[in-house]
Amino acid sequence: MEAAGRGRAASRVASARRPRLRARETSIAIAFLVPSLLVFSLFTFWPLLRSVYLSFHGSDIIGRPTLFVGSRQYQQLLSSPTFREVLLNTVAFTLLTVLPSLLVGVGIALLLQQRIRGIGLFRTLMATPFAFSVATASVVFAVFYNPGVGVFNGFLQFFHLPPVGWLTDPHWALPAVALASVWLQLGYNVLVLSAGLQAIPEEVYEAARLDGARAPAITRHITLPMLTPTLFFLLVVTTIVSLQSFGQIHILTRGGPAGATTTLVYSIYVNAFAFGNSNFGYASAQAMVLFAVVLAVTAIQFGVLERRVFYR
Amino acid sequence: MTTIWRTANYAALVAITFVLLFPLLYALSGSLMSARELASYPPPLLPAHPQLQSFADVMQAIPLAREYLNSAVVAALITLGQLVTATLSAYAFAFLRLPYRDLLFAVFLATMMIPWEAIIIPNYLFMADQGLINSYPALVLPFLAAGFGTFLLRQFFLSFPRDLYEAALVDGCGHLRFLWSILVPLSRPALAALGIWAFLSAWNQYFWPLLVTKTDEMQTLQIGISRLRDAEAATAPNFILAGTVLALVPTLVLIYLGQRHIVRGLTAGAVRG
Repeated sequence: MEAAGRGRAASRVASARRPRLRARETSIAIAFLVPSLLVFSLFTFWPLLRSVYLSFHGSDIIGRPTLFVGSRQYQQLLSSPTFREVLLNTVAFTLLTVLPSLLVGVGIALLLQQRIRGIGLFRTLMATPFAFSVATASVVFAVFYNPGVGVFNGFLQFFHLPPVGWLTDPHWALPAVALASVWLQLGYNVLVLSAGLQAIPEEVYEAARLDGARAPAITRHITLPMLTPTLFFLLVVTTIVSLQSFGQIHILTRGGPAGATTTLVYSIYVNAFAFGNSNFGYASAQAMVLFAVVLAVTAIQFGVLERRVFYR
Repeated sequence: MTTIWRTANYAALVAITFVLLFPLLYALSGSLMSARELASYPPPLLPAHPQLQSFADVMQAIPLAREYLNSAVVAALITLGQLVTATLSAYAFAFLRLPYRDLLFAVFLATMMIPWEAIIIPNYLFMADQGLINSYPALVLPFLAAGFGTFLLRQFFLSFPRDLYEAALVDGCGHLRFLWSILVPLSRPALAALGIWAFLSAWNQYFWPLLVTKTDEMQTLQIGISRLRDAEAATAPNFILAGTVLALVPTLVLIYLGQRHIVRGLTAGAVRG
């Protein structure tokens, strides 16, 4: 009976190689891909093409973006001092969020690596910022930055320092928005870095200890170098997240004061949607700049990751 | 390790945890205070007379229950949709013979490289043309599939024992039945990871719901509480903090209880939008 069963199985396997069945398998595969492909075509690829189209078109008399203007909107971007300021703000904001969130993240993740009692609880709690949305985090930080009752000015007052208009002073607004973003990003960064640290094989540490290496030397010469792939991954991800930031700027400063916190994405929003502007063409040209920058950052990631895989 | 060193170490951990958790602790504590207590100087750390008045007030100020419902419906539909579309497509990529499979998979991956903010204008215009502004379909449809989900599940399916798959098919099990009664139950960890990620990012969305919702009735929770800031920030932060605490409950539960699932999804390249 067992032999009969095996014979039947063999014949099924043989029949599975027949072209008719293979065609059936292919049509099932296509049917399974269709739902996703439909969503991607309608809401990702078609809009991307339409963005390109819009970036070459200006608004007609009733506000529909139908007038072909060639590359005029791109030239306008290049020559606009406002847009240069927007790009500078974007770079400054990215630096002010990415670097601190990585450095502090590494510090916290290293602390959480210790094998001591109760560390699991600390690890769970340190992921807390990850539960916040950009809106909830911004709303709480808005209360912190409140000039009258806020925590930060309360702190300054304690040291007899003059109050600061955190969100209204052009010098402080960008760092203030960045600080909220760093905090928001920390939960994710700590989780990723902790996972990266745990992936370092225990034998490496043991070998180092046997060779008489002490804790600081182990951290500097083993842990951190072996963490570089994770750090690099995070560098790319946090850069892209930071380039896409919108909610914290919209809630905290509305791009102000005097444009001091208007980044690329916020500028897209202002030109397309704020104050009834509806300048979809000009905003789309900026959207193309954003797309190019994110693509470049992603391409760097793939380039380096390829090399890393090769290295192994 | 000496006792002093150990104590110092714990003290450092507690101090850092306190600083990192400060926004949450402040929101919790402030939501239980009266407006006057929260504004007093020096700022009190804990409410002297804990009261729930600000929770009642915030429910009065905005249609919070309705916004909660909107957020829950939208996040649930997106999560369910992504689980279904990602399971089907990942199955095709991991198990089925398909011409141009690698090219198609590259197309799926490419969707992850296109920032949503760069295509938000045409998406808005599309919804406007279809008359879908201020509706659930506008909030849900664009996010029913994601390259990330397919990528995550495909990785998991590829580690599934090939023999088991072939044996099931040889025994006359169809693809749909194999998928539903064998693969899905055995893939629960990966599906949980994807589900939590999808829910968190849907629940926390800001830019898109801001654009496509126009009335209080259709607003999601995130838009509702951020609008509180415009109206009341200077006068009654306790009220805003109460709204924030309510909005945080589901995500805090997911983060604290589902952390190991989240970590599984981490390095697969998720980007929070």
